[in-house]
Amino acid sequence: MSEYIIKNGNVFDPVQGIKGDKADVAIKDGKIVDKVGSGAKVIDAKGKTVMAGAVEIHAHIAGPKINMGRIYRPEDKLFTCTPTKGIERMGGGASIPTTFKTGYEYAKMGYTTAMEAAMPPLFSRHVHEEIRDTPIIDEGAYPVFGNNWFVLEYLKNQEIENTAAYCAWLLRVTKGYAIKLVNPGGTEAWAWGLNCLSVNDPVPYFDITPAEIIKGLIEANEYLGLPHSMHIHPNNLGNPGCYETTLDTLKLAEGYKAKNKFGREQVMHLTHSQFHSYGGTNWGDFESKAKEITDYVNKNKNITIDTGNVTLDETTTMTADGPFEHHLTGLNNLKWANIDVEVETGSGVVPYIYSPSISVCAIQWAIGLEIALMMKDPMRCYITTDHPNAGPFTRYPRVIKWLMSAKAREAQINAFKHKDKVLSQSSIGTLDREISLYELAQMTRAGPAKSLGLSGMCGGLKPGMDADVAVYNFNPDKPVANPEEIEKAFSRCAHVFKSGVEVITNGEIVSNGNKRTLWVNAKVKDNPQVMRDINEKFLKYYSMTQANYEALGHHFVPNPYALEVDATQV
Amino acid sequence: METVTITMKNLPALYLEADNISPDAFAGKTAAQIGDLHVYEGNETWTLGKYFEVSGNAGATAADTKIIVKGDIKKVKYLGFKMSAGELVVEGSTDQYAGGWMTGGKMLVKGNVDAFAGTAMKGGELTIEGNAGNYLGAAYRGDWRGMKGGKILVKGNAGADIGMYMLGGEMVINGNVDVHVCTHAEGGKVIIKGNAKTKIGGQMVGGDIFVFGTIDVMMPGFKPAGELELEVDGIKAKFAHYIGDTGERHKKKKGQIVYGNLYKKI
Amino acid sequence: MTKTITDVICPFCGTLCDDVEVVVSDDGKQLLEVYNACVIGTEKFLHSQSKDRVTRPRMHQPDGSWKEVSYDEAVEYSAQMLAKAKKPLMFGWSSTNCEAQSVGNEIAEITRACCDNTAATCHGTSLIAIQDIGLPSCTLGEIKNRADRVIFWGCNPAHAHPRHMSRYSIFPRGFFTSKGQMSRKMIVVDPRVTDTAKMADVHLQVEQGKDYELLDALRVAFKGEWLPDVVAGIPKEKIREVADMMKSGRFGIIFFGMGVTQSLGKNHNIDEAIAVTKDLNEYTKFSIMPMRGHYNVTGSGEVFGWQFGFPYSVDLTRGFARYNPGDTSTIDLLIRGEIDAMFTIGSDPGAHFPISAVKQFAHIPSVCVDPHLTPTTGVSKLHVPVAFNGVEVGGNCYRMDNVPIDCRKVVEPPEGMLTDEQFLIKVRDRVRQLKGVA
Repeated sequence: MSEYIIKNGNVFDPVQGIKGDKADVAIKDGKIVDKVGSGAKVIDAKGKTVMAGAVEIHAHIAGPKINMGRIYRPEDKLFTCTPTKGIERMGGGASIPTTFKTGYEYAKMGYTTAMEAAMPPLFSRHVHEEIRDTPIIDEGAYPVFGNNWFVLEYLKNQEIENTAAYCAWLLRVTKGYAIKLVNPGGTEAWAWGLNCLSVNDPVPYFDITPAEIIKGLIEANEYLGLPHSMHIHPNNLGNPGCYETTLDTLKLAEGYKAKNKFGREQVMHLTHSQFHSYGGTNWGDFESKAKEITDYVNKNKNITIDTGNVTLDETTTMTADGPFEHHLTGLNNLKWANIDVEVETGSGVVPYIYSPSISVCAIQWAIGLEIALMMKDPMRCYITTDHPNAGPFTRYPRVIKWLMSAKAREAQINAFKHKDKVLSQSSIGTLDREISLYELAQMTRAGPAKSLGLSGMCGGLKPGMDADVAVYNFNPDKPVANPEEIEKAFSRCAHVFKSGVEVITNGEIVSNGNKRTLWVNAKVKDNPQVMRDINEKFLKYYSMTQANYEALGHHFVPNPYALEVDATQV
Repeated sequence: METVTITMKNLPALYLEADNISPDAFAGKTAAQIGDLHVYEGNETWTLGKYFEVSGNAGATAADTKIIVKGDIKKVKYLGFKMSAGELVVEGSTDQYAGGWMTGGKMLVKGNVDAFAGTAMKGGELTIEGNAGNYLGAAYRGDWRGMKGGKILVKGNAGADIGMYMLGGEMVINGNVDVHVCTHAEGGKVIIKGNAKTKIGGQMVGGDIFVFGTIDVMMPGFKPAGELELEVDGIKAKFAHYIGDTGERHKKKKGQIVYGNLYKKI
Repeated sequence: MTKTITDVICPFCGTLCDDVEVVVSDDGKQLLEVYNACVIGTEKFLHSQSKDRVTRPRMHQPDGSWKEVSYDEAVEYSAQMLAKAKKPLMFGWSSTNCEAQSVGNEIAEITRACCDNTAATCHGTSLIAIQDIGLPSCTLGEIKNRADRVIFWGCNPAHAHPRHMSRYSIFPRGFFTSKGQMSRKMIVVDPRVTDTAKMADVHLQVEQGKDYELLDALRVAFKGEWLPDVVAGIPKEKIREVADMMKSGRFGIIFFGMGVTQSLGKNHNIDEAIAVTKDLNEYTKFSIMPMRGHYNVTGSGEVFGWQFGFPYSVDLTRGFARYNPGDTSTIDLLIRGEIDAMFTIGSDPGAHFPISAVKQFAHIPSVCVDPHLTPTTGVSKLHVPVAFNGVEVGGNCYRMDNVPIDCRKVVEPPEGMLTDEQFLIKVRDRVRQLKGVA
C-alpha cells in the first residue's frame, strides 16, 4: 500500500503559503503528489491540523556524551521505563532517552527529521551506531570543528582553501552534515583547564582568537557552498553578561553572503540563543537581554537562530563546551563527566534542575520565550530545547502551548515563587503575542529545513517533496477553551507518515520505518598538502591509525543519503 | 483498622517480586480482589492468590489497613514497596527491598532482611528484629538524594553501605555494622550501638553518626574536635567528637562551615 | 605467496592496539605471522590456527562425554532454553563485537531475560562510582600529547596492558610532550612491588584494603587540613609530597584497575579516586580512566547503554529495563538461585566467578558460545564454538577510553563455522517463532 490520501485536513504549509485551508494531501511511493488513484487508503483528517513532519535542527541524541549521560544516570530511568509493545521496542530515560525511545517520541510528536548537534569526529562510529538504532526519523550529525588542531593551524595562517579541503575530507570520512563550532578555541584551552570567554581571547599555544576561527569557518563554509551554514554555540555560554559576547559573535557575520545551491540564505546559525542572551553581572542582578539579541538578528537577515527553551524540569546538561560544564558542577555540585578528545574537541555532562522556585531558572524560562516572541521572521527562528540541556525534547508540546497561549504563560508566571523578579528582569510580562499555527509550521518545519538546505526535500507539503506528514488532533476552527488542549494535541499525533510509510496510526507506532542518515559529500580540488598534513598528524598525534579513523562501513550507515556538493571549480 | 493476613502456601521456584504487598495496593479491596493482584516470578506474571492464602478485607484507605504476612517468605522481594500509611507485619525473614521507597506507615519484620531495605525512605517506621543486609536506607544507584526522613531500627546487625547519601531521618542499629557507613551523607542521624569497622563517614558533608562500640580504623578526613557528654537514644555517655570529611568541599551556614559529625563513645 | 594486512586491531585487551600487521596466505585461509602486537595479542591471533580447534557444537552427555551436534541443533537447544525460562541470563559479551551484542539484546528483550557483561566482576564497580560522582576523562591521545603526571593506581600495565605505556601513557613523544618519558613523572600505588612499580618515580606501597583512606588523605592534603601521622601505611609527609607532585603538573591522569575496583570498598575506592581527580581540576588539569580488561567490555556497556539505558546487570524480566547491582548482577543471581537458564558468550565465568556461583551451572540448562575450551564450556550443557571475533570476523569494538574502532577480519574461519552474530541471528529468529512475535 503506497498510495494515501489525507482528506479534509486544515493544512498549514509555509512552502506553498497554505494557511489553514481545508485541503487534501496525496502520497505516492514516498513522495507528496498532486493526486492519487481511487485505490488509495483514505486518512480522515477532518477537524484536524495537517503539517509536514517537523525538523529538529539541534538536539543531543546520539553519541558518546549522550551515552555517558545515560550510563551515569540510572536514576533517570527509575520507575519511568516503557515496556516492549509489539513492534515497539522498550524505552527508558526521562531526560536522556534510549535510542528506540528517542525515535518513537519524536515521531509521536510529528517530528520526522532530527540533527545530532555535535559529533566528535574520532567517535563517528559511535554516533552512527546510535543513529542507526534510532527508529523512524531521518538523522544527520554535525562534526565539531571549532577546536580542531587542523582548523586552528590553517586559520592562523588564513588558509581558507586548505581549511575547506580539510572540512570536506572530515565531513566525508565521518559522514557528517555541517560545520559545527562549540565554544570556539575555548574547548582547546580547556584541555589545559583554561577557557576563552570572549571572541578575542587567544587560544593557548595556537595563538588564534575565536573571532578568527569563526570568520575563517564562515568563509570555508561558503567556499564549499554547503547545504547548511556554519552552526555556532558561541563563547561564554551561560554567564551573566554573556550577551555581549553573543553580539560580538553575531557581528562577525556582517558582510558575508550565503553561497550555495540549496536555497539557504544565512551564513551563520546561532544555536540555543536563550543561553547566550544574559545580562547582569552576577546571579543576583541577572536579567534578560533577549531584546538586544533579537533586535540585532531581526535587522541582520543573514542569520538564523534557534531558541533553546527552558522547560522547568530536572534534566541533564551535555555539551562540547567542556569548561562550561566544569563551571556548572562548581555551582551545583552534581556529578560531572568530562571527555576531552585528542586533536579535536571535548565535552562535559552535568545534571541540572530548573526549579520554578529559583528566580534565575524562571528568568531563563522567560528569555527562551521572549526570543521566540520578539523575533519578527518565524522562518529564521526555530523552536528547540537544546535537548536535553534546557529540557527534554518531549516537552516541545509544552513549549508550543506557552508560545500559542498568553494565558498559559501567565499561569506559569503566577506560579513562580519569585514572580516579581521574573517580571522585573525580563519583558515576558509585556508580550501578548500568540504564535499562530502557520508561524508554528514556519518555526518547526519550513524554517529549519530551509536553514539546513533541505527545503527541496522536507519541511513542506509541495508535490515532489518527501511524504513526511503529521496529522494532529487539533481543530483550528474551535476556540481553545483550555491551553492544556494544545499541549495534549501536540504530544501525540493522530497519524504520521515518514517517506510515505505510515508510522503512526491512531496515535500508535505501527512501523519502525527505514530511517536514512543524511550527510554531505563535498568534493574539492586535490589538495596534496592537506592530505600530507592529515597523514602526519595521524602518525604523530592521534592514538588511532588514519585507516581505522576513516573506516565507516555499511553496517554503521545502512541507509545513507548524501547531499552532493561540488566545490572543485571554486 | 482492618487486617488482611496473607500466608505463603505455594513456594515459588525462583523468587517473587511482590511490589503489590503494601497497604496502599490493598486499600479498598476485598480478600478476593487482593488475591487477584499481580506478583511476578521472573518474567511471568501471576496473581497473589497463586502463592498466598488471603484472609480478611483491607480498610478503605492505606491508613486503615494492616497486613500480616506469614509463612516462608525468604524469597519474596519488595514487601512494603512505596507504602505511605498503615501497617505491615512480616512474620519471618524476607528478601530485598523491604520497605523500599516508603513514605509513611509502620513496617515490622520479625526476622532478617536482605539488601536494599528502606531504600530512599521518606517517612514512616521500619523495624527489623533480626539483621539487615547491605545498603540499608541508602539511595538508589546514581541518585544523590538518599533517605530523607522516617526511622529505621535494626535490632541485630547491619551490612555494608548503610545510609549512603543520607539527607535526613534516623537509623538505629543495635548490633554491629560492616564497612562504609553514611558515605556521601548530607544529613540525618545514625546510631550504632555495636561495633563499626572502617570507612565511616567517608565523603560526608553533614549529618551525625554515633558509635558506641569500637571503630577499627578512622577515616583520615575526620579531625578530633574535643569530647563531650551526650544523651543518645536514652543513654548518657562521654563521646569523642570528630568532624569531617575534611577531604570534601563543605557548605557554610550563617558563616560557619558545616561538617559531618562522628561521635565515638569513650 | 602471502599478503600483509595493516591497521589490524588486536582483539584482546582494552588497549585495543590498531597498528598490528598480520601476514596471511594468499587464499586468506592461514594466518602466518603477527607484527607489532604484544606477546598476548600475538598469541590471540596465532592460536586461532591451532589444529585441534573445536569447530562444531557439542552437547554434554549424562556420562560426562561430549557428542557433536549441528549448528541447527545448537540453535534449537538455545532457543528452547531461552524461550522457556522464567528468568534466563545472557552473560558475557566482552569478547565479541557490538553487532552481536545488538542481536543478543533483541533476544533478551523477546525472552525477557537478564543480561550482563564481564564488568560484573571487573569495572562494574567503576560504573557504580561513575553513576555516583561522574568521570572527568579524556581519550588516550590526550595522554600521549599532554600528560606530565601519570598515576597507575591498583593496576599493573606492564603485565595486563603490555603496550599501554609505549603507545599512550609513558613513552610516546606527543605534541606537547616531545621529551617522551622524560616529560613525565610516574606514580604507582600498589601494595606489591610489580614490574610497573619498578619503573615509577614514586611507589606508594599502600596497605591492602586502605586505598579509600589514602585517597581521602590526598584530598585532605590538597586542602591543607590536619592529617594523622600515617594513613594506609604511608607517612603523612609522603602523602603531602605526592599531593604536591600531582598539583604541580600541568596535565595529569590516573589509571586504575582491579587493585581498587575489586578490593575492600570497591566502588567507593573509585568514587574517591574520581573525587581526587575532580579536586585536582581546581588547581590544574586532571583526568581519570579505568583500565578496561576485555577488548570490548566497554562496547557491550555502550550498546546496553543506548538500547536499554544501563551499562551492565540489566534485568528485562518485566518487559522494561531495570538495574541494581546486588540484585540484577550475575554472581548474585547465580548464588541466590534466581535464574533458571544460563547463556554465556565471549567470556569465561567458569574461570573467574566464585565457585559457589559456578556450581549453579550444574542445576540449570546452559549454553556457552566460545571458540575455546574453557572452564565454562566444561560445565555447560551445550558448547557452541564460533569464529574468533577480530580475527576471523570484523565488527565494532570500544577501547578503554570509549573510542570505537572497527575490528577487521584477517583470515577465514575453519570451514563451516558460524560467527557469533550469525549464530545469534538464527537463535533470535527461532525464539521469535517460539514466542509468536513479529
